[in-house]
Order: sequence, then structure tokens, then C-alpha cells
Amino acid sequence: MHVSPYYIEHTLEDTSVPNIVTSILADYRGYDTMFETVVIFTAGIACIFLLRIFRRIEPETRMYRHIPTGITLRIEKGGKFPSGSKEFEHIDSVWVPHSLIIKTTGRLIVPFIQIFALYVIAHGHHSPGGGFQGGVILGASMILFAVTFNLRSAIQRMSERVTVILCSLGIFIYAGTGTLCMLFNSNYLDYSALSGILGVDPVTARSHGILIVEVGVGIAVMAVMVSLYYNLASAGRHDEGL
Amino acid sequence: MIWQVEFIILIIVLVLAIGAISVLDLLGAAILFGAYSFMMCLLWAIMGAVDVAFTEASVGAGVSTVLFVAAVFRTSRRTKD
Repeated sequence: MHVSPYYIEHTLEDTSVPNIVTSILADYRGYDTMFETVVIFTAGIACIFLLRIFRRIEPETRMYRHIPTGITLRIEKGGKFPSGSKEFEHIDSVWVPHSLIIKTTGRLIVPFIQIFALYVIAHGHHSPGGGFQGGVILGASMILFAVTFNLRSAIQRMSERVTVILCSLGIFIYAGTGTLCMLFNSNYLDYSALSGILGVDPVTARSHGILIVEVGVGIAVMAVMVSLYYNLASAGRHDEGL
Repeated sequence: MIWQVEFIILIIVLVLAIGAISVLDLLGAAILFGAYSFMMCLLWAIMGAVDVAFTEASVGAGVSTVLFVAAVFRTSRRTKD
């Protein structure tokens, strides 16, 4: 006996999701996807444990760029660093050419990538896509920002603490949805039990449950990708990146 | 589906896979691996597994290439063997 003909014939009436792959991944085989997300979470945490160096080593020399003139300054040890000044920009010591085209293109393209990623997460019921793909694209937009600008400005916008909290939050949303189903006297990850609090019939509740779970997966995967990039690109020091 | 297109993509996948494991320059290997992922993505899209193709395009060809390049940037560019 094979189960695949059952899925192909009954997916639409069971879950009202047209994309069979999404409904199998997040509903019929919800356990698998949950533990896949846990695997990704574990990979991110293991990367932090292996690579992260918390002892801050102050560099002997620093490079600054004077923004109005474009002159690059190299300040030796003992010199005064223009930390708070608006006119000087702290740049990486491995010299990278200043390119206005790359920065402007990166700044223009990042919001569109993020909108597309949210579309992929939200539209996973009807078209290919879902939490994993959308989360990876969302993380890739952040990585693109870190590559076009520098690692410090990316960490300013999304700190290490935020990435770790977000990847735990994603797992928590997924596992919490399953536990909520148990609290309503149903099986773990049986979203039809949520019809009471969502205010819809059980079939639509399964569709909405898939969406909630996909959002959790997306948040976790996005945070893990960004955290992996931070640790790999700076060898755990979080000071200078690619 | 046109079998010639599938055949050509399969040949390219094989060439890229052999290239990625035999090249001594690790940065080149990372780029070849990204190209390999993209060709696999095309192959999956031809076979009708659009979800898998999407995942391969975003994870394999996108993020993992960046992570490989970051790792090469922080270690050495040439292999020891």
C-alpha cells in the first residue's frame, strides 16, 4: 500500500492547499520539517560554539576614509581614532576599493529581495516556495548588505543577540503551534484543532496552521544563515568581514 | 521535454562536478560548485520538481557559495594535497 495516491487525491479537500508539496512538508509530515529546522538551528549554534571568539583584540592600526575628499588614512597605534566623527568612515584593514556603484546597487536591490522573500513565504500554499526558501532568500538579502557595505554596519542593524533570539523564536513558533494543538485535545501538529481560536472551519485551519509554521521556519532559517555568515566571514571575531 | 537539452545539462553537471573536486584553487572550486548547483537546479526544474529546484537555487547556488567564499577568505586559497 502506498500513501502517495492518497495525498494526491485528498490534499485539496483535507487542507485546502493547492500545492501538494507544501501540504505534505508542513502538515502530513510536520515532524520531519520541525526536526529539519532543529538541524539547521543546531548547525548555527555549533558554528557559534566552534568559531566565536569573545575576547576582543584591539587592532594596532585602523583604516579610515575621509568622506568629502575620499582620502584613505592609516592610523598607527597610539594615534587618535576619529570614532564619533561624521566625516570619517571606518573601513576594513584588508583594503577594498571604494565603489559607489556597488553600494548604491546593493542598497537599491536589498528591499526588493526582501519583498520577494516575504512573497515566497506567504505564497507557499499556491506556488513553489515556503519557509525554507523564503528564509534563505531573506538571509541572503542581509548577507548581500554585509558584502556590499561592511560587516560592522550589518551587525549594527542586526546584532548577534538578535540572530540567536530569532532562530530560537522560529523553533518556538513551530513547536508551540504543535503544543497548542495538543492543548485543544488533538494530536501534536494537527492544525485542525486550531479552528476554535482562528475562527474558521477545520479545513481552512489546517491551511492557516501551515502558514504559521512556515513563518516560524522562515524566521529560524533567516537568522541561522545570517549568523553563519557573521561567524565564517570574520573568523568569529565579528570585526571585519568579506 | 526535449531530451537533447536534458542530455547537454547532464554532461555539464558531470564536467562541473569533476572540475570542482579536481581543481587546486579552492576559490575556483567554490565557484564551480555554485555553477554545479545551478545546473542541478535546471535539471530538477526540467524533471518537474519545482520546489526542490527552488531550494537548490537559493541554498546551493546562492548562500552556500557565499559561505564557501567566506571560509576560503579566512583560511588558505590553495589545497595542501
